[in-house]
Amino acid sequence: MGVSVPGEATAAGQPAPPIRSFVAALGSAFGPVARVLRPLEVDTRMLGMIAALAVIWIAFDIVSGGTFLSPRNLWNLSVQSASIGIMATGMVLIIVSRNIDLSVGSMLGFLGYTMAMFQAVWIPQTFGLGLDQPYTWILTLVVGILLGAAVGGLQGFIVAFGGVPSFIVTLGGLLIWRGLIFRYAQGQTIAPLDTTFQMLGGGVVATRVGALGEWPSWGLGAVICVAIVFLMIASRRRKRRFGFPVRPIWAELLVGAIACGVVLGTVWVANSYPLPVNVAQQIADERGIPVPPGGIPTGVAFPVVIMLIVTLVVTFLATRRRFGRYVYAIGGNPDAAVLAGINVRRTIMLAFALMGSLAAVSAAVQTARLDAAVTSLGVQNELDVISAAVIGGTSFSGGIGTVPGAILGAVVMQSLRSGMVLLLVDSPTQDIVVGIVLVIAVGLDTLFRRRVS
Amino acid sequence: MITPTAPSSAPTQRVPVVEMRNIQVSFGGVRAVAGVTIDLYPGEVVGVVGGNGAGKTTLMRTLSGARPPDAGQILVNGQPITIGNPRDAKALGIETIYQTLALADNLDAPANVFLGRELTGTGTLNDAAMESATRKVIGRLNPNFKNFKTPVLRLSGGQRQAVAIARAIHFNARALIMDEPTAALGPAETAQVHSLIRQLKSEGIGIFLVSHDIHDVFDLSERISVMYHGKLVGTVNKNDVTTDEVLGMIILGKPPTKLTSQELAELHG
Repeated sequence: MGVSVPGEATAAGQPAPPIRSFVAALGSAFGPVARVLRPLEVDTRMLGMIAALAVIWIAFDIVSGGTFLSPRNLWNLSVQSASIGIMATGMVLIIVSRNIDLSVGSMLGFLGYTMAMFQAVWIPQTFGLGLDQPYTWILTLVVGILLGAAVGGLQGFIVAFGGVPSFIVTLGGLLIWRGLIFRYAQGQTIAPLDTTFQMLGGGVVATRVGALGEWPSWGLGAVICVAIVFLMIASRRRKRRFGFPVRPIWAELLVGAIACGVVLGTVWVANSYPLPVNVAQQIADERGIPVPPGGIPTGVAFPVVIMLIVTLVVTFLATRRRFGRYVYAIGGNPDAAVLAGINVRRTIMLAFALMGSLAAVSAAVQTARLDAAVTSLGVQNELDVISAAVIGGTSFSGGIGTVPGAILGAVVMQSLRSGMVLLLVDSPTQDIVVGIVLVIAVGLDTLFRRRVS
Repeated sequence: MITPTAPSSAPTQRVPVVEMRNIQVSFGGVRAVAGVTIDLYPGEVVGVVGGNGAGKTTLMRTLSGARPPDAGQILVNGQPITIGNPRDAKALGIETIYQTLALADNLDAPANVFLGRELTGTGTLNDAAMESATRKVIGRLNPNFKNFKTPVLRLSGGQRQAVAIARAIHFNARALIMDEPTAALGPAETAQVHSLIRQLKSEGIGIFLVSHDIHDVFDLSERISVMYHGKLVGTVNKNDVTTDEVLGMIILGKPPTKLTSQELAELHG
């Protein structure tokens, strides 16, 4: 098989006969597809997830009468997926290292609250520097990320050096960080936030928009496409230099074209969503131009840009740095990691610190979007984040999982929720559906993996 | 002036690559290794044998850094050193092939060979260089090995063994600990490992060969150290003893001079 996802050890026996024959039938049905795909060297698991997402999208679009795949809904979906996706990238590494972080929702609340206090109370009042300083947003973000790393790192320290199971440590964290919010301001809502900071949430403040706008969005798309092509050429050259086999040129071109097509398509959708009419009118007045027909394009939202940056950074850490290699090695075989001379404790602590700083980034996005910090900020986010990672192919037995998979998982989760909201499905029913999908997704995945290995 | 030559019959004139003196290890109240002294010369294979629970593996784990000794001294090339963790041992050129192989099953062969010692360029992993080096070193062991991109979980027992051995020999070891290197292998693969051991020996590497298989040990070793209930029964030259005498040491815990002919006969009874 040309599957590049590592297999999973299965101590349990074969699945029951009816399920086995079902999987065998499915497998043989996809056999020819797999043969065609082999020269492309793409991850068939990832492809399966994209196919599942496509099915969900098309089904919702048909049932909702074309609303689901409208630019407006897709743009909102992208913003909703961003805050979960950002944290899911870190959760992958935590779960891969055979740990869990149940505290991300409470950490998010605590960090969001702290950042809100910092920009709305401490800088303007306590330090007497006044509201809306040009440096407020970045200072707040840096302080939040550093505090997140400290808070996450503290939990990681207790897990790695104290030997307390991560389930317990972060269960404690879930209670502690949430409780601390109330100590801050007796449960008051902290608002309004710095106007520049609000841009991080993708919202609109007067004539400022938390999105890239038309041409910068195209520019971003172009940069990503160039980067894809550059990386593919570099990888091909490197393989050639060591005399390793490379994909045929047609496969190379096809993969590159599809990747760039997806990127530019996404930009096109984001640009097809116009700003609200009154906002567009104000912006046009400001620039002294008439509102163009079709309105002013919104472009890629800032939360999505942030998610892209986070995905790049965490993917880089996970696949190109020793840190990531060690996280996967620890998940694959903790004893072997120790015997190989890896500093297991330090690695685990760093993974938790990374998770904390990602919770801070998500907290910035969520508070900025609300333009406030409320005490319920991030409640139950840990469940969405863990589900996203797991739907994205991260295995609880450790050692297996990818960052892009988790992002896809976040999009799948949010697509289900957003689609059901469109169809006016009530919230308890949404939970039931998401729960069922989670179990089925992981169940099918486990069966397929057994077959492959 | 006498130039020190290195006749294999007189190893005492050379400096041992590894000397372990009076090593002790306890687990709770149990003394797993109770004051064992053994040594290893360059280009020599020393068989370390004994029954289950004799303390062979525990003794070797103090040398590989997996479990530092509670008492005792380790010398490498005549210098007293402390080995607190596996990194220390590797830095001294002491490599280990564990009985469990100690592979990260979810990673591919190059990642396992270089685990903890990755090749990097400007801070990022240089996977191509690691794969290239891995191809070379595994090609030496098993020319048919092709799966450099698959997780080692999917490899056969012999291939996994090759990965574990490649990891030990790639980094210019001066001493090698092999814990049951052929226990999981078929006849052809066992023969391959045997010829590898002879080749490494000729390159001047000292090898501790831990094994249950007395014939393997007689085949490959110059000297044999026998352990019994955490203690060293004795170290004998292979040419001075018979397999029966070594079996007597293993089973009865007595050196050959104290074995009676009746006891030897009972071994076969």
